[in-house]
Amino acid sequence: MATNEEILPDLASIVEEVAGVDAAEVTSEKSFVDDLDIDSLSMVEIAVQAEDKFGVKIPDDELAKLTTVQDAVDYISSHS
Amino acid sequence: MSATGQGVVVTGMGATTPLGGDVATTWDGLLAGRSGVSTIDAEWIDTFELPVKIAAQLATEPTETIKRVEARRLDRSEQTAIVAAREAWAHADLGDYPSTEDGSPKVDGLRLAVIIGTGIGGALTLLGQDDILEQQGLRKVSVLTIPMLMPNGPAAHVGLELGAAAGVHAPVSACASGAEAIAWGWRMLQANEVDVVVAGGTEACIHPITLAGFSQARTMAMRNDEPERASRPFDTGRNGFVLGEGSGIVVLEREEFAQARGATVHGRVAGIGTSADAYHITAPDPEGTGQSRAIAAALRTAGLDPSDVGHVNCHATATSVGDVAETVAVKKAIGEHPVLTAPKGSLGHLLGAAGAVEAITTILSVREGLVPPTANLEELDPDVTLDVVAGDARKVSLDAAISDSFGFGGHNVCLAITPA
Repeated sequence: MATNEEILPDLASIVEEVAGVDAAEVTSEKSFVDDLDIDSLSMVEIAVQAEDKFGVKIPDDELAKLTTVQDAVDYISSHS
Repeated sequence: MSATGQGVVVTGMGATTPLGGDVATTWDGLLAGRSGVSTIDAEWIDTFELPVKIAAQLATEPTETIKRVEARRLDRSEQTAIVAAREAWAHADLGDYPSTEDGSPKVDGLRLAVIIGTGIGGALTLLGQDDILEQQGLRKVSVLTIPMLMPNGPAAHVGLELGAAAGVHAPVSACASGAEAIAWGWRMLQANEVDVVVAGGTEACIHPITLAGFSQARTMAMRNDEPERASRPFDTGRNGFVLGEGSGIVVLEREEFAQARGATVHGRVAGIGTSADAYHITAPDPEGTGQSRAIAAALRTAGLDPSDVGHVNCHATATSVGDVAETVAVKKAIGEHPVLTAPKGSLGHLLGAAGAVEAITTILSVREGLVPPTANLEELDPDVTLDVVAGDARKVSLDAAISDSFGFGGHNVCLAITPA
């Protein structure tokens, strides 16, 4: 199982790749929508790339619950 | 002022073409009679044994000016439109683009429309994502597939960036689409529905299937060993068009609005004429009947006399029937006196962008009093009995010019351009 410290930098670089948000801005307390201005289409792209990167499955109903970066890190951590 | 109402003036121009990444380099290349055609460097040329191995490819990749994150959300035909629209908007000096907190645009979004046509739309996305679906499965298909393939995508993206709330439209009339967008904009401005219209065309569909389809229709130039000499409008050695990619966008304004804000005016769209051949799905009417009606309508709406027209910027794609039919139409509607040029000798055929890019070159001809040569015109077809500029650009003082655009389906759109 990957640790939070391992997941965050990789997740941040996916967010930067997809949405153009500086990876340094992608910190655990940030909300994808409210703080990082990421739209629903980009969230799906991020989820698809995260699935490949971390070897997890992120179903749509689970994706909808991932409000903050920490939510995503926790989900990946507990499912990979 | 036109014959029918409000004056429509041109205050901004932008383009990215096989001759250059902006209007200035495109115009310089055209005046020099330079060719934008080159060999396609792609494996699929051999894979599919395509008979056409050349195209008029963009001189400057859109990603040189568009940010990476923007570019990955845009089809190539949307990228080209964004590049041209940004140049045109900046040229018109209408405020920051995209608008920022400290520099709001100088036109109300409720009085601003965007009209950008395309002939084919996001074909590269459609075909590319289909390949991904077949080879890698559903999960790899981009969530942006539909907004990237839809033919209104270029207009929608430019409209979003500008905050154009009065309307965003995307006329689709094959190779007349770009001119049709300008005609549509002219109508909106004439009707005082808006103050400013950002109008033009875009195309980026160089792909095995378009080359295969057009070559199966026997419409394409096959001079693969001499790409720069392949596009030869009006020449006896012509054997079809060369597929090109690019975009041209103009900023049109109601004359009163432009005057009030002290805008620099580069020319006028004095009138527009549209018609349909009602003759054949791909072949032009050899009598040029529908085309001459479109030219006549452009003169009528502009309040111009045929004798006023000193120049015709021809659609002439370098097909054997089309080029001659167009000259028949010019003779019927205007007469024997206009000086002709065919920019596709240099640019290749930009399909849905052609009419807009060529509207820009017509505006520049009228403004500069300079008609570019028809590249590769070495021996004039004896059936063409009009004065076609070849070799060097020609100085001609112009009171009015016509830009012709015709498309598969029998669409005819003609724009009457007059000086500022």
